[in-house]
Parts: sequence; C-alpha cells; structure tokens
Amino acid sequence: MTAPLLEVRDLVVRYPARGRRTSPVLAVDRISFTVAAGETLALVGESGSGKSSTAAAVLMLRKPEGGSVRFGGRELTTVEEPELRTLRRGFQPVFQDPYGSLSPRKTVFDAVAEPLRVQCRWDSATGPARVAELLDLVHLDRSVVRRLPHELSGGQCQRVGIARALASEPRLLVLDEPVSALDPSVRAGVINLFTELQDSLGLAQLFICHDLALVRHVAHRVAVLHRGRIVESGPARQVCDAPTHDYTRELLSSVPDPDRLTAR
Amino acid sequence: MSTEALLEVRGLRITATRPHEVDLVCDVSFEVAAGEMLAVVGESGAGKSITARAVLGLLPAGMRVSGSVRFDGEELVGASDAVYRKLWGHRMAFVPQDALSVLSPVHTVGDQLALAVRSVRGVGRKAALERAVDALDRVGIADAARRARAYPHEFSGGMRQRAVIAMATVNDPDLVVADEPTTALDPTIQARILDMLDTLRERAGMAVVLVTHDLAVAAAHADRVLVMYAGRHVESGPVHRVLREPRAPYTAGLLASLPPRHAESRYLPAMPGAPATTGSLPAGCAFAPRCPAAADSCTRHEPEPAEWQDGHWASCHRLAELPRRTTDLFVGTTA
Ligand SMILES: Nc1ncnc2c1ncn2[C@@H]1O[C@H](COP(=O)(O)OP(=O)(O)O)[C@@H](O)[C@H]1O
Ligand SMILES: Nc1ncnc2c1ncn2[C@@H]1O[C@H](COP(=O)(O)OP(=O)(O)O)[C@@H](O)[C@H]1O
Ligand code: SF4
Ligand SMILES: [Mg+2]
Ligand SMILES: [Mg+2]
Repeated sequence: MTAPLLEVRDLVVRYPARGRRTSPVLAVDRISFTVAAGETLALVGESGSGKSSTAAAVLMLRKPEGGSVRFGGRELTTVEEPELRTLRRGFQPVFQDPYGSLSPRKTVFDAVAEPLRVQCRWDSATGPARVAELLDLVHLDRSVVRRLPHELSGGQCQRVGIARALASEPRLLVLDEPVSALDPSVRAGVINLFTELQDSLGLAQLFICHDLALVRHVAHRVAVLHRGRIVESGPARQVCDAPTHDYTRELLSSVPDPDRLTAR
Repeated sequence: MSTEALLEVRGLRITATRPHEVDLVCDVSFEVAAGEMLAVVGESGAGKSITARAVLGLLPAGMRVSGSVRFDGEELVGASDAVYRKLWGHRMAFVPQDALSVLSPVHTVGDQLALAVRSVRGVGRKAALERAVDALDRVGIADAARRARAYPHEFSGGMRQRAVIAMATVNDPDLVVADEPTTALDPTIQARILDMLDTLRERAGMAVVLVTHDLAVAAAHADRVLVMYAGRHVESGPVHRVLREPRAPYTAGLLASLPPRHAESRYLPAMPGAPATTGSLPAGCAFAPRCPAAADSCTRHEPEPAEWQDGHWASCHRLAELPRRTTDLFVGTTA
C-alpha cells in the first residue's frame, strides 16, 4: 500500500485561557487519522467536539500545540512561510457559510481568478479560459461570471467557493460542514459535486458533517470525535450500522427514524 | 375537515404592502387538533415563518392577512390586540426562529421564566420559580435549580435555545408554534427537545405547529404535514401518506434527495435549480422550472389543492398522470 496523502498523528490543539477566570481549552486531544488519495474520511461529533479545530490545524491556519501533520510525506508543522504557502495549494478548505466565505464586492469571475493571481499563475491570455473551465467543473452557468455574491443562491455561492478551492489544483479538500447551511434540495446537488470531483480528479476529502445519514452514504470511513478524542473509527457503513462505542450509539439514535419516510 | 380542530386556518393569504403589493402566502389551509403535531415543511423563502407568525398575530408591519384563522372556535383575523394578549403565553406560545432574542440579558433565566409564570397565574414568587425550574429540567438542562440563577450570556447557544423552549411551554399552553426550534442544535439535543414536545402533547394535550425544513424530523414526530413552496400549498395530510406516498413532484423531489439507506451509487437524486422566491415567481406552477414532470399546461395557471385521498391534498395539474412512485421522477437526475 502507498503512504496516505494526509497523515495526522497525536494532534493536540489547545486554546489559551481568555482572562483569569477561565482555563485553557483542550479542543483536540492527541488524535490520529489518515486520508488516502481518492478517499473521503468523515469527522462527526456534536458541536464543540473539536471538528473545526482539527480542520484548522490540518489547514495550518492554527499551529497545533503538538503532534504531526504530514501531507504528501511532508511534515507541515515545522514548515514556515513562504514555503507553507506553496504547500497549501495542495489542501484547500470549503467552509459552511457560503456567503461569508466570499468577498461581497468581488464578482464570481474575480473570486475564482483571485487564487490564480495571488499564486502568480495568472496569464491574461489563458486566465479567462481557466476560470470558465473551473466554473464548468462545478457546474455553474457561465452567465453568472459578472454577478456579485448577493445575486447568487446559497448553492451557487457554495459552488463558487469550491471553484476557488479547485483553482489551486489541490489533492485534498477540507470540508467543514459544507452543506449544513444549504436547503435540502440544493444540498444533494453539492454533495454530488464533491463525489464527482473525487471520481474525476481523485481528490481526498476530510468531510466534517453532523448529518449521519449523509455521512453513511458518501464517506468511505468515519471517525467519531467526542471531547477532542476519537472514540470510534472505521468503514462508514460499519460504524453507522453497528457502532461499538456508546457515544456513537447515542449520536445515531438521535437520527430520526428514516423508516417512517417513503419506501424507496 | 374535523370539527374539533383547535386551530383551523382557511385560505390564508399574506400580502406585503410595501414597496408594492405581493402575495407572500396565498391560499394556504391547515388545521391542528389538541395533542397533534403539524409539521410545516419547505425550504427557505417558502413562507413558513410568516405563516407561523400570522397564526399568532405577530406579523411585521407592512403585511396584511386575509382568510380565516380560528383558534378554539374564535376568529383571529381582524381581532384586536386585546384578544391576542389574552391568548399569548397563556393559551398559545411562540418559539421564534431567532429565539435567542427572546431572552433579556439583564435578568437571570429563572427570573424571566418565573415572570412568565406570574404574568399568567396568580402564584407567589417561590411557586413560580419552582415551576420555572421544572420547565428548565424538562428541556434537559442539567442541574436546573442552579442554572436558573444564571444569566443568558452564561449559557451556551444550545442551552439558551432550550431555555426559550422552556419559556414557551412553562404555562402549559394549548398550542405551541415553534419556528425551526432545533435547527441550530446538535442532533442529540434536537431529539431530546422533540421527545419533550411529544411528551407534553401526550400528557397535556398540547398542540404543536412545528416549522422545519427537515423531513426526517417531520416524519418521526408529526401527525400531519403541510409542504409549502414559494408561499403556496404543495401537499398536506397525514404524515404517513404525504411522506410515504407523496403525490406532488416537489415533495417527491425533497424525499428523493435524502441519502437512501440502500443504494449502489454514491450519487443522490437531486433537483436542479434553487428554491423560488416570492416576488419573482414564474407564471403558473411556481415549481415548474425545476419539475421533471412539467408540461406546457403547468405554466398557464397555478395548480389548486385537490383531495387525492381522505385528507391528503396535493396541488399539481398532473396529479392523475404521475407515476405511482413519484420519487421515480427524479431517478437519474443528479444535477
Ligand atoms: N478560537 C477559540 N478560542 C477558544 N476556544 C475555542 C476557539 N475555537 C473553538 N474553541 C473551543 O474548542 C472546542 C472545540 O471547538 P470546535 O473545534 O469549534 O468544535 P466543533 O467544530 O466540533 O463544533 C470547544 O470547546 C470550543 O468552545
Ligand atoms: N418583513 C418582510 N417584508 C417583506 N417580505 C418579507 C418579510 N419577511 C419575509 N418576507 C418574504 O416572505 C417570504 C417568506 O419568508 P419566510 O416566511 O421567512 O420564509 P421561510 O420561513 O419559509 O424561509 C420570503 O420571500 C421573504 O423574502
Ligand atoms: S403542476 Fe406541473 S410543474 Fe407543477 S408540480 Fe405539477 S407537474 Fe410539476
Ligand atoms: Mg465546527
Ligand atoms: Mg423561516
């Protein structure tokens, strides 16, 4: 077997105390996991369990207090800017709030072109075609290129965010609740887009989600976080259908019974 | 139509009067009996929140209501504030979508609940506080007696949300209208609150109108469901009919796009496009631009609710021509 694309070992994230009356928060407590190319690992757990802190550490947006994050064999925790900036192209985030993650005054075109410009990969001859290609990849109609975020639906905004992430030609997407804010009818389309991108580009995905029915369907493996620790992990179907840890059982028992829905 | 419905809404129309007249909600009817839960489902902009507010007489200025809202036999459309004031908090209670704005930052949670008790019942401070603590305990706030002495800002978001639900239910109202009360909460806490509402329905005969966009929640807890799209009635009736044998293509599409239990493919059936917003509605059926069954006739006029089976209503021109399993309409659509 080849080495996993992302390899996280004994990751620790701690937030310093805010003021004298509070104590530091140990948000992530020595967790380890891997994600292979073409694989989706779901991170599930209730709010405050440390999912976003894990994502931020993997993305090197917050330096972890301890542990190791290896991406494509490179240790990230010891790399400094500007080298980190180059490495970062390989792993790109998509966040929950589709509007909040776009600049309100930038058109779709500029939003998608920005990563190319910042990375000095913009060429006025080929740039526009590359933007069009990225919009095609996320199935956004080219007629939206001149629009501003407020002129887009939530689902379209989220697709712009995904196109921006893809502009860097990443090998890993870190998805922090990417569909939680979307309407149900729009959610399925965006989820399918992630599956399609994985199939066509071989992307690895770290997929943070609290919808266990969805996780069971789209993820290959799942890791259950509880108070900053992974309490259970394994193939998604196995964990969701035959959980071994009490906490996983509790999470699953709170999913409304789908058998009362239409027989499909 | 049953005669014993506690809440009976007929031909509800909500019109925005500024900047120009637009019907935000048009010809919506539903009813809720004591002890029942009606789930109002639909996506953002469907008109769920303003429908909920119209029931309680809490619409923002600049909106006009017509049609009929009868609560325990009394007509509320056009009723005076005095009529509503007698009902609010006592017989009908509201959990608004931005529920956290309900709590005052300058009083403890317990005092606010106790005040709500005393505004309705002639009980002493101590008895009111006891009742408040009970209500907090019911929504799963651990160590409720101690927590009642805390201020809202000392609560986590989830706890504040639960406190608001405790406040709405503290006086055992006949009807609670709750607008997405659990959307921001973790599934475990959500399940707990819905179970609590179920218990209150069983024990005290409380009726609930639950606004949600989560079909699974509706299926697991509601007796009846009303599906709305773009301010219009799409489908309504007993939950096992509407969600197991949906007739309207929109309901079917919502169901089809849920992750299936058994599937070969990792792709989900999906509806194209985004929810329509009132104000810029297409002619005819508002769902037509996204509907795989749309025909030319669909864009000519709006479909009206027709009774498909006992108490199961659907608004669709092609009701009789659709496949038996309407979710099949979306097979292979992975937009
Ligand atoms: N910037 C921060 N400063 C202090 N504490 C934080 C910060 N971000 C998160 N936390 C705390 O860390 C814990 C984990 O939070 P988070 O990673 O956001 O969890 P999740 O994404 O699973 O909801 C929580 O107790 C949270 O309050
Ligand atoms: N105060 C208001 N003034 C004018 N239009 C409004 C107002 N509040 C809501 N609307 C419009 O009414 C429609 C229904 O809104 P709402 O009831 O909030 O939908 P939902 O709760 O289903 O998401 C939307 O098109 C919305 O833009
Ligand atoms: S009326 Fe026509 S467009 Fe509307 S839901 Fe029925 S078939 Fe579809
Ligand atoms: Mg988070
Ligand atoms: Mg609403």
